[in-house]
Amino acid sequence: MKSLYVKTIMVVLIVCLVAVTGFTAGQRDEAVIRIGVAGAHSGDLASYGLPTVNAAELVAEMYNAEGGINGARVQLIVEDDVCQPEVAANIAAKLVGDGVVAVIGHICSGATFAALGTYLDSDILAISPSATAPDLTQSGEYPNFFRTIASDDAQARMQVDFALDTLNVRRIAVLHDRGDYGRGLAENARDFIQADGRGQVVVFDGVTPGAVDYSAIIARIEQSNADAVIYGGYHPEASRIVGQMRDRGMQTLFISGDGVKDDTFIQTAGPASEGVYATGPMDLSGNPVAMDAARRHREKYGEDPGPFFLEAYAAALALFNAIEIGGTDYDGIANALRNNTVDTSVGPIRFDRRGDAEGVGFAVYQVQNGVYVELR
Amino acid sequence: MNYFLGLFVSGLTRGSIYALLALGYTMVYGIIELINFAHGEIYMIGAFTALILASVLSIAGLDALSILVIASLVAMIYSAAYGYTMEKIAYKPVRHSQRLSALISAIGMSLFLQNYVRLAQTSNFLPFPALIPRFTFLDLLPFRASSAQFVIFVTTAVVMILLTFLIKFTRIGKSMRAASQDKTMAMLLGVNVNRVISVTFLIGSATAALGGVLISSFTGQINFFIGFMAGIKAFVAAVLGGIGSIPGAVLGSFVLGWTESFGAGYISSDYEDVFAFAILVLILIFKPSGLLGRPENKKV
Repeated sequence: MKSLYVKTIMVVLIVCLVAVTGFTAGQRDEAVIRIGVAGAHSGDLASYGLPTVNAAELVAEMYNAEGGINGARVQLIVEDDVCQPEVAANIAAKLVGDGVVAVIGHICSGATFAALGTYLDSDILAISPSATAPDLTQSGEYPNFFRTIASDDAQARMQVDFALDTLNVRRIAVLHDRGDYGRGLAENARDFIQADGRGQVVVFDGVTPGAVDYSAIIARIEQSNADAVIYGGYHPEASRIVGQMRDRGMQTLFISGDGVKDDTFIQTAGPASEGVYATGPMDLSGNPVAMDAARRHREKYGEDPGPFFLEAYAAALALFNAIEIGGTDYDGIANALRNNTVDTSVGPIRFDRRGDAEGVGFAVYQVQNGVYVELR
Repeated sequence: MNYFLGLFVSGLTRGSIYALLALGYTMVYGIIELINFAHGEIYMIGAFTALILASVLSIAGLDALSILVIASLVAMIYSAAYGYTMEKIAYKPVRHSQRLSALISAIGMSLFLQNYVRLAQTSNFLPFPALIPRFTFLDLLPFRASSAQFVIFVTTAVVMILLTFLIKFTRIGKSMRAASQDKTMAMLLGVNVNRVISVTFLIGSATAALGGVLISSFTGQINFFIGFMAGIKAFVAAVLGGIGSIPGAVLGSFVLGWTESFGAGYISSDYEDVFAFAILVLILIFKPSGLLGRPENKKV
């Protein structure tokens, strides 16, 4: 009889204990929103990944200071993928196990590809500040992917649209310097022109970087009666080509990318640079959110922010804002990201159907009176 | 036809540019059988000297033509001093060791001078002023040619003729030919071989500097790496024409220039280097000593 009494007490105690712990555990789940931050935080690409951690911390701090998102505290779970796809896949599984709502990252395109499948299966969103591979959004395979940086082919797209719509040119010569950057840009531009159908690629060719003379290829451009040249490459060759074209009295328009949007180009090409168009990253120096973000970074970490910091800061702002509006479930966040414009450090952005941020990325500049002026 | 003429002139320009550099390569090789890889760097130093001088002189308010003349002369003297010193420091101590030692020494010198200029000046591209004034008589020609192209072409021709004259008809030229045939025998006959080699480097470096000033004034920009880029092509041109031969260097340069220019104009400029090296391989297969090179008679 006595032993029954003891047993009953023990059972009651255990039940109470379980109930209490269960209750507190439930309480904590209720009040915390876990966000993964994944990218290269060590190794040779660490400098690309660490600024994103800082950005996420700053934004999380800002929200937590005001009571979190809808009363729930934001907790960051930072994981290092060293920019390697194998590691990224493991990390993705770990983050899923940790119960994150969304991931800010990854940093490298290859690692992002490797992780996205895992996230998709578990209904987790990923928003990257730096993965620029076009297929991440354009393939349509990853509806859970968003990014706050323009895709690799955005510059070529912008150059071609600008040439065909704004400048109204139809005969276009496309040149490149045979490097990965220049050739990629030129091939995209060629494909876009051909796909569009209005324009015609009259010359597509590579030039030798550092050659003493480009008059042969320029003679060919003149012969082809091109209205405009789209050049993928850097400023030393661009200034030579423009210089020699103007020397020959050719008025062919010259359009290039961020490799040429450099003040050295204006210095070396001299008067020939006048009127040259170049696409380049939008000027964010006057953006109040960006200025505030940089100031807070300096206050907390004592240095200027690193690469992709502003994009990551924008990603965190957009994501937290979407969770605030749409709740913590996948569809809610995704719809909020697509339907609401947020004021961020890369300007006011909203995501399109494929996950690219609208209003982010490049602008067209033109050399006017010896300086690059942004065209609106 | 106009297009053809345009490409012809473009090839001529390229050829003259390569020739101004190839002359120095071939001259040094002719005397001491050393491929002076630092020749391109001397050209680059000449261009930098001229740029610094031109900036100072244009502040002083001189006109373009006198700036060109003064800058060229000073750059030639300065570069000649570099060439002379380079030979004394890097090549003379290894002259009697294997040929490979001198070659490595030359490559080392080239890297040293490149990085020295990079550190002492800048790694950025600097704009080079157009020092060559516009000649109005060129507008009368049936094709478009800039005055820089014209000046480079004329200079190449004059330098080639002067060098040929120097080697064929002067006392020092005779000593050079003697030293190139057999150094020991020349020394026994009272030729100061050390002096001959020094003079060769002085002249070779001066032509490189002249090339540096004219070519940079045509291309409009310089940085520490231009010597390497131009040097490689000039070296190919010298080999193509028969290394050691002065007219050969010029002919080789023009063949190379036209190959590249017509290849780029009619087929694809993407394959420019492929055409250049394909013609080199072809010529070396059928004429191993180059277009105008002397066949090598090995002494037994």
